[in-house]
Amino acid sequence: MIEVTGIKEIIKPENLVYKKTKIMTDNTLSYCPGCGHGTAHRILAEVIDEEGLQSQTIGVSPVGCSVLLYNYLDVDIQQAAHGRAPAVATAIKRLLPDKFVFTYQGDGDLAAIGTAETIHACNRGENILIIFINNGIYGMTGGQMAPTTLPGMKSSTSPYGRDVKTMGNPLKMTDIVATLPGTYYVTRQSVHTPANVRKTKKAIRKAVQYQKLDKGACFIEIVSNCPSGWKMTPVQSNKWMEETMFPYYPLGDLKTPEE
Amino acid sequence: MKKELRLMKGNEAVAEAAIRAGADGYFGYPITPQSEILEYLMEANPAETTGMVVLQAESEVAAINMVYGGAACGKKVMTSSSSPGISLKQEGISYIAGAELPCLIVNVVRGGPGLGTIQPAQSDYFQSVKGGGHGDYHLIVLAPASVQEMADFVDLGFDLAFKYRNPVLILSDGAIGQMMEKVYLSQQKERSKVFPDWATTGKPATRERNIITSLDLDPNGMEMHNHKLQAKYNEIREKEVRYEEFQCEDAEYLLVAYGTSARVCQKAVQLLREKGLKVGLLRPVTLFPFPTKRINDLSGQVKGILSVEMSAGQMVEDVLLAVNGKVPVKHFGRMGGIVPTPEEVVENLKSKIIGG
Ligand SMILES: Cc1ncc(C[n+]2csc(CCOP(=O)(O)OP(=O)(O)O)c2C)c(N)n1
Ligand code: SF4
Ligand SMILES: [Mg+2]
Repeated sequence: MIEVTGIKEIIKPENLVYKKTKIMTDNTLSYCPGCGHGTAHRILAEVIDEEGLQSQTIGVSPVGCSVLLYNYLDVDIQQAAHGRAPAVATAIKRLLPDKFVFTYQGDGDLAAIGTAETIHACNRGENILIIFINNGIYGMTGGQMAPTTLPGMKSSTSPYGRDVKTMGNPLKMTDIVATLPGTYYVTRQSVHTPANVRKTKKAIRKAVQYQKLDKGACFIEIVSNCPSGWKMTPVQSNKWMEETMFPYYPLGDLKTPEE
Repeated sequence: MKKELRLMKGNEAVAEAAIRAGADGYFGYPITPQSEILEYLMEANPAETTGMVVLQAESEVAAINMVYGGAACGKKVMTSSSSPGISLKQEGISYIAGAELPCLIVNVVRGGPGLGTIQPAQSDYFQSVKGGGHGDYHLIVLAPASVQEMADFVDLGFDLAFKYRNPVLILSDGAIGQMMEKVYLSQQKERSKVFPDWATTGKPATRERNIITSLDLDPNGMEMHNHKLQAKYNEIREKEVRYEEFQCEDAEYLLVAYGTSARVCQKAVQLLREKGLKVGLLRPVTLFPFPTKRINDLSGQVKGILSVEMSAGQMVEDVLLAVNGKVPVKHFGRMGGIVPTPEEVVENLKSKIIGG
């Protein structure tokens, strides 16, 4: 039998093993249950907190489900036009070179409408961090096909499945930017298990350190889920992501700095 | 202190004035007839002197969004382009207006529509003064008529932009951008070291986080924001109207023209006066806010007004609103990159206004 009467004695600062990072605000997240965006926010906030970067950080939020990032992270944030976050971040970093500058973008934002800004900011070697949430779909607008949507995958604008002959092939932006001399660190991660959360957090922490070196753009893709857009439960969506997304978008580093 | 005198193209004057105004950043993309602005800045390399950032962007879309990012840091930033490129910037300009960011945009207008021509035109008037992008907003629009004003309006533009937290547009054209005139340049200003309190510069413990956004999902909040913007535009209408009058005191007929057209009209006034006709010229210097009241006053004095533009007739609509039916108002313009001659203006004033 569990002894519950002594619970008050257990709730003490020295027994604390998990708490909300102070960089996350108290605002209720607007994400659907089980969505990866919330987890990605959380670990980004943790790194900013643990690295003592709150006063040094300027973030750029996209147009997409994470447009309201500024409601959730307690740092200075600019909300950018759809796809333009890398251009916005370019100017911020050029004008305030000592600050930590990141963008947080979905796959529609980064790999469709913002393809040019993404490639050129990376190619110029802008000293920024780009966090790329690839959920293979336009979450915010109701589950339309994204450039990253897998062949045969159903969405509201590919109701019979993505036909690559007429709708094109999924775009691997992370592979593309890894080929550019302007990128310094390019990796693909996920946040669907505690182990993957730890790896992604480590990647963000590395990118923070690399930004101080002034060596070029860091690019972290997080392959993520969209239970609502995929019409799955959170558990189903994570399983589907492992089975279907990962073979196409394999996790791991694509470019690491030569030590 | 004595000002420095130089012979310069209008485009070069903008670039030099930007450095001297203490601008923090310029983001642009080549397009004729304004590429000299970017070229001049690259050659001058102010990164070495004032520390100003100059960047050739991958497109006008990227350039205006760089302006958004820089302006949101409280920096003095600008971009320039010509008509097709300004069309591409419109979404970004709307965001800048919505987020109430100060910045300077220069349009060295060429003839359109489409790829059009590289010759001067004034056919972007509607786009400039009525909004241009989506939503209810206004830019402050300055219309230079000389190389001197190309230089002067950079400083003035930045001042107005920061005073009202509003984008300012210099609406020039290919003639003023390309022509050479003498210009008095002002002294080098220091780049500002202080940031406005709303700027995103990294959140210290002493203040709340700064958020730059044009989004409010709550329509009530969005309507409130629109009311605030409209109140600002009304204040601008009240305080910032600028115009120049040329021989209006005894005028029986009035020409209204801005920029290059105003220069042509000044000559036309001279020709008409030589023939004994009492004609004056009102040159709006600000197109938004428009000198509505002054034109209305003058319409009580004159018998008719000719609005002269290098377009199919855009500003004439604002002249008509100002005159409100008191006297006849007609339009004369050339299109597609053609600058009218003073003789054509004389003829058209006679046939459309005086002769009728
Ligand atoms: C210029 C413009 N075009 C289209 C839209 C509509 N829109 C909003 S979000 C979005 C797609 C977002 O998808 P993604 O970037 O994948 O983000 P997610 O919601 O999946 O995280 C689109 C097309 C817009 N806001 N602006
Ligand atoms: S629509 Fe998809 S991406 Fe957006 S919050 Fe819901 S689950 Fe997440
Ligand atoms: Mg998406």
